[in-house]
Amino acid sequence: MKAAKGMVFKYGDNVDTDVIIPARYLNSSDPAELATHCMEDIDKEFINQVKKGDIIVATKNFGCGSSREHAPIAIKAAGVSCVIAETFARIFYRNAINIGLPIVECPEAASAIEAGDEVEVNFDTGVITDVTKGTTYQGQAFPEFMQKIIAAEGLINYINTK
Amino acid sequence: MGMTMTQKILAAHAGLDHVEAGQLIEADLDLVLGNDITSPVAIHEMEKMKVDGVFDKDKIALVPDHFVPNKDIKSAEHCKCVREFARKNEITNYFEVGQMGIEHALLPEQGLTVAGDVIIGADSHTCTYGALGAFSTGVGSTDMAAGMATGKAWFKVPSAIKFNLTGKPSEWVSGKDVILHIIGMIGVDGALYKSMEFVGDGIKNLSMDDRFTIANMAIEAGGKNGIFPVDELAVSYMKEHSTRAYKVYEADADAVYDEEYSIDLSTLRPTIAFPHLPENTKTIDEITEDIKIDQVVIGSCTNGRLDDLRIAAKVLQGRHVAEGMRCIVIPATQKIYLQAMEEGLLKTFIEAGAIVSTPTCGPCLGGYMGILAEGERCVSTTNRNFVGRMGHVSSEIYLASPAVAAASAVAGKIFCPCKL
Repeated sequence: MKAAKGMVFKYGDNVDTDVIIPARYLNSSDPAELATHCMEDIDKEFINQVKKGDIIVATKNFGCGSSREHAPIAIKAAGVSCVIAETFARIFYRNAINIGLPIVECPEAASAIEAGDEVEVNFDTGVITDVTKGTTYQGQAFPEFMQKIIAAEGLINYINTK
Repeated sequence: MGMTMTQKILAAHAGLDHVEAGQLIEADLDLVLGNDITSPVAIHEMEKMKVDGVFDKDKIALVPDHFVPNKDIKSAEHCKCVREFARKNEITNYFEVGQMGIEHALLPEQGLTVAGDVIIGADSHTCTYGALGAFSTGVGSTDMAAGMATGKAWFKVPSAIKFNLTGKPSEWVSGKDVILHIIGMIGVDGALYKSMEFVGDGIKNLSMDDRFTIANMAIEAGGKNGIFPVDELAVSYMKEHSTRAYKVYEADADAVYDEEYSIDLSTLRPTIAFPHLPENTKTIDEITEDIKIDQVVIGSCTNGRLDDLRIAAKVLQGRHVAEGMRCIVIPATQKIYLQAMEEGLLKTFIEAGAIVSTPTCGPCLGGYMGILAEGERCVSTTNRNFVGRMGHVSSEIYLASPAVAAASAVAGKIFCPCKL
C-alpha cells in the first residue's frame, strides 16, 4: 500500500460522527457535497485549510456515535489520507476500512503528534514518522485481509475481485 | 474455555463449535436492516456488485424513519430510492409511511427479531434486539450492502463485560436510569469493541421496554452489542409478536469476562446525562442548581415505547407544561400510537400542552420536528447529547427518562417526578 504523507489536524477524545458530519447534511449522500461540511461543528476552518493528503490525529474513541458511513466518506472526500487515533469507535473503524480510508491505532503517536506537524504513515509496516519532530512510532499494521480491502478501495471492490 | 452468550450465537452462525475473543469469523445473517439515511448509500454500493439481487427478500428490513414523512426534497429523493429498490427486489419487510415506525421499536413489534438471531443494521442502535437474546449490532452502509447481497458479514468475536443486576428499581427509576448509570460508571468507550451481557435476578424486575432501552444504549458505551438472557417474559413477548422459531443460548458457567460489575437496582436514582456526552451523568439528587429548559422530547428508539408514554402521561395527568415550554411526544410506532390513543394517553399529552407527532427519529439527530436554537436547552429521552446533535452547536441536551422529562416539562427546569 502507498504511504500517506501530509500535515496534521489534531483533535481530542470522543470526536463523534455528529461533529464529523452533522445530520442536517445527511439528506445528501454525495461525497463531494458531504466533504464541504466535514468537521463543521468541531472545526469550522478545517474544510478551508485541508489539503489533499493531510492527516487527522485524535486521541481516544474517534468516530463514536452514529453508524453513518457519511462520516468516513466526508473525511476521505475532503482529501484526508489517513486518520491516526489512540482508539476508534468500532462502527467507524469498520466503515473506514470498508470504504478504503486508512486508519491507524497508535496511542503514542496520537498523544505526541501536534497540529501542523508533517507526518508520514507506512501502512505495510505500521510505522508512523513525525517528520517535523524527527520521531517515529509503531502503529498497528493491518491484518492482511484488511490491507486487501483498503488496497481495493473498499469492501465492495474487494468482494468483486474475489 | 467457555463461551459467552454472544460468542455462542456467533459460533453457531459461523458453523463453528467454538470461537474465542479476537477470532475473525464470517457469520450467516438472519436479518439486514437499513433506514432512509443509510440505505441509499448501501443501494448505491450494491449496484457496483456483481450480483443479481438480494440474498433473501424476507431477511431484509427497510424502514424509512429518520427524515420521514419526507422533510425536504433531498430526503424525499432518498426515500424514493429506498422505495424503488424495495419494489424491484420485492422486499417483504419494507415499511411505508402509515406502516412504518422507528426501526428499533418496529422490528421486535413486527416479530422480525427473535432470540438467537444474528442481525446487522445500518444504524448504530441496532444493538436494541439484544433485549430478546439476539446478537445484533450496528454497521455502516457498505456492510449493509454486502449483507443484502451475500447474507453474510465478517466479525471479530468480541470479549465481554458482565453486568450482574440485582434488586428492584424504586418508583420513577426505569431502564433509562439503569443504562445511564452504567455509561456514567464505565464511560462512553468503556465497552469499546465488547459485548455487554446483562444477567442476574434483578432482570425479572425489568419490563421488556426497560430491556429494549438498556440494550439500545450499549453503543453509547462503545459496545458491540448488549444482550439479555431469555426468560419467561422475553419468551411471552416473542410468542405474542412473532411466528418465527427462536433459539435460546446461555453463557457457559466458565465463560470468561474482561470485567464484572454488580449493580443493585434498588439503589439507583433517576439519572441525567449532562452535555455533551452520555457519560456525564448526575443523579437527580446531585443537581442542586436550577437548570431551566426550553424543550422536552419524549420518544425515539430509546424511549418511545408504550411503557415510556404511560409513565410520561402519569406525570402529565392533570398538569400543564410550564409557560414557554415546547414538549414534543413521539410514539415510536403506529401500533404504540394507536394503543396510546385507546388508553387516553394522547389526550393527556395534548391537554397538558404537549404536541404528539407521527413516528419519526426527527429531533433526536437534529433532523427536524424540534431543532434547537442558539443556547437553548432540551431534556430529551433520546440517546445522544453530543455537540450540535439536536441543532445549534451551542444548544444543550440533557438525557433522561420519560418520567424525568415529563416532570421537567411541567417544572420548566430539570425536575424529579417525585417532587411534583
